[in-house]
Amino acid sequence: MSLLELKDISKIYGELKALDNVSIHVDKGEWVAIMGPSGSGKSTMMNIIGCMDKPSKGQVFLDGVDISKESSRKLTEIRRDKIGLIFQQFHMVNYLTAVENIMVSQYYHSLPDEEEALEALGRVGLRDRAKHLPSQLSGGEQQRVCVARALINHPELILADEPTGNLDEANENIVLDLFRQLHREGTTLIVVTHDPEVAEAAQRTIVLEHGRVAREIINENFQE
Amino acid sequence: MFIRMIRGALVRQRGKMFLIAFTIALGASLATAMLNVMLDVGDKVNQELKTYGANITVKPNSSTLLSSLYDVEDEGEQIETAYLNEEDVSKLKTIFWAYNIVDFAPFMKMAVTLEDGNEAEAVGTWFNHHLDLTTGESLDAGVVSLRSWWEVTDGSWIDEQNDPVNTIMVGRMLAVRQGWNAGQTVTLTGPRGSEEVTIAGIYDAGGDEDEQIYAPLDLVQKLNGLDGKVESIEVSAITTPDNDLAKRAAQNPAALSAADYETWYCTAYVSAICYQIQEAIPDAVASAVRQVAESEGSILDKTQLLMILITILSLIGAALGISNLVTASVMERAQEFGLMKAIGAKDYSITGLVMIEILITALVGGVAGYFMGFGFAQLIGHSVFGSAIEMKVMVIPIVVVLIALVTAAGSLPAIRMILRLRPAEVLHGSKT
Repeated sequence: MSLLELKDISKIYGELKALDNVSIHVDKGEWVAIMGPSGSGKSTMMNIIGCMDKPSKGQVFLDGVDISKESSRKLTEIRRDKIGLIFQQFHMVNYLTAVENIMVSQYYHSLPDEEEALEALGRVGLRDRAKHLPSQLSGGEQQRVCVARALINHPELILADEPTGNLDEANENIVLDLFRQLHREGTTLIVVTHDPEVAEAAQRTIVLEHGRVAREIINENFQE
Repeated sequence: MFIRMIRGALVRQRGKMFLIAFTIALGASLATAMLNVMLDVGDKVNQELKTYGANITVKPNSSTLLSSLYDVEDEGEQIETAYLNEEDVSKLKTIFWAYNIVDFAPFMKMAVTLEDGNEAEAVGTWFNHHLDLTTGESLDAGVVSLRSWWEVTDGSWIDEQNDPVNTIMVGRMLAVRQGWNAGQTVTLTGPRGSEEVTIAGIYDAGGDEDEQIYAPLDLVQKLNGLDGKVESIEVSAITTPDNDLAKRAAQNPAALSAADYETWYCTAYVSAICYQIQEAIPDAVASAVRQVAESEGSILDKTQLLMILITILSLIGAALGISNLVTASVMERAQEFGLMKAIGAKDYSITGLVMIEILITALVGGVAGYFMGFGFAQLIGHSVFGSAIEMKVMVIPIVVVLIALVTAAGSLPAIRMILRLRPAEVLHGSKT
């Protein structure tokens, strides 16, 4: 069953077509990687899927509902309720501790629960770092906190933009293991990356070039 | 969580918040100082202007009438002179606005013949005449403070409490012409006899008075044979600048409505004080020295306008400072706010967060600024007026409202920036 469907999506900035008539679909529980060189439209697609931008043309169906014409306010609510975001630069609130950074996500979703936030931190192996500020955490630890933050509200879709782009190999493996675990639990994952190794971890890879879908690759060696 | 976020933002960004608080404190301190000085400056300036002489003259009713009819000043021999009683002079301090009468002195002029046969004008007056009033108050009144700008170039002022009555002060020009010095004894002859007097001091008044002799009132009354009489009284009073009501009342107080009369009578307009002096001293006409009264009002208005302008400019400066600092802070925190929006924060949540941070900072800055302003006001009071500035309670709510408005106005550009912030643009590029 399809969780996400982009139908003939275009995003046009003046003369530039960042996305040109793109159509994709992602099933519930699927792990999809979106690959492509710089300027291929990966981030634009992520922004549209993540309800942070609207397409110039076409339709976006999330959980069967067309959200392409929704207001910014409504898109914020959809993002809050259905999507967990992970960024390449981590993006944490620098004056809040690790656990507080997770609780911020709870606060804007429903009610903050410190114990639940600590459990999420424990799940990414950082319970003992709960009271540390971002400046006191390594890059890998910060990204794991961001994964915990993305998970805390039990979203239907995890959308990660170059999640391992700023990590060393050891931390990259930790994050990918977390994704595998989430996938096993039935979470839908869309990972935007330019790293073939990260893409190979997914079930399916969509390759973008010049704003179009160049090809789709099914990972025959996908391991749960 | 909201409190944790506020606390985190304030504590862990205390450097930035301190700068914003400091800017607000500067604005608040200037507003506090200027408003307090402005509200107190009326009395201060008035007090200051009192050192430049009397602003009310009191004359006998008939003398004033003749002066008005013939458009001449009362000049003794030409027009029969009427007199006031010296014993009535102290009644000035019994009127409703007695506290505003800061000094006064009675006068009597006469021509005296000098030893060389020349004539000079002698002015009898009080120098530092001690009065024990029926109200229980004691005070020293006279020209020593009423003519405080006079410079005594030789000798000293007459001290009525210690010097003998046969002591005089001589104007600089007359002293030069006569070759007189302080300490010298000379003879003055009037219609009722001669008196040997000692020169206590030579003064430089910078006017016609430099050709006159100033003597104790008793001496001139004796030489003139007019014991207990005075020709006029000069009064220096702290007054409120005239407005329409005061001008209407000055023409005819009886024409005022009961409410207007009450307001006028209970306000220290120069016309109200003159009216009350006339009520207190029989057969007297008190009139304002218009030039002095109007100059006082004009100086006061200009001083207050200057204070208001400084207050407005300082608040505009503070608003610009706050605007720059808050906008810079929001720009620095763009990713933080973008992230909050990305994880579901509504615009009003982030705006509320920033406004609460700024308001708490403004509160701290405002309180600090109020006390700094208290210090500035005292500094201004002591350095400009030589006395403390009374802190008015009404300034506190005014400063609170002004600082709230200035902070809100200064934060508007930052709030607009937050509302326009798109998470896609600050969290990663949106054009790839």
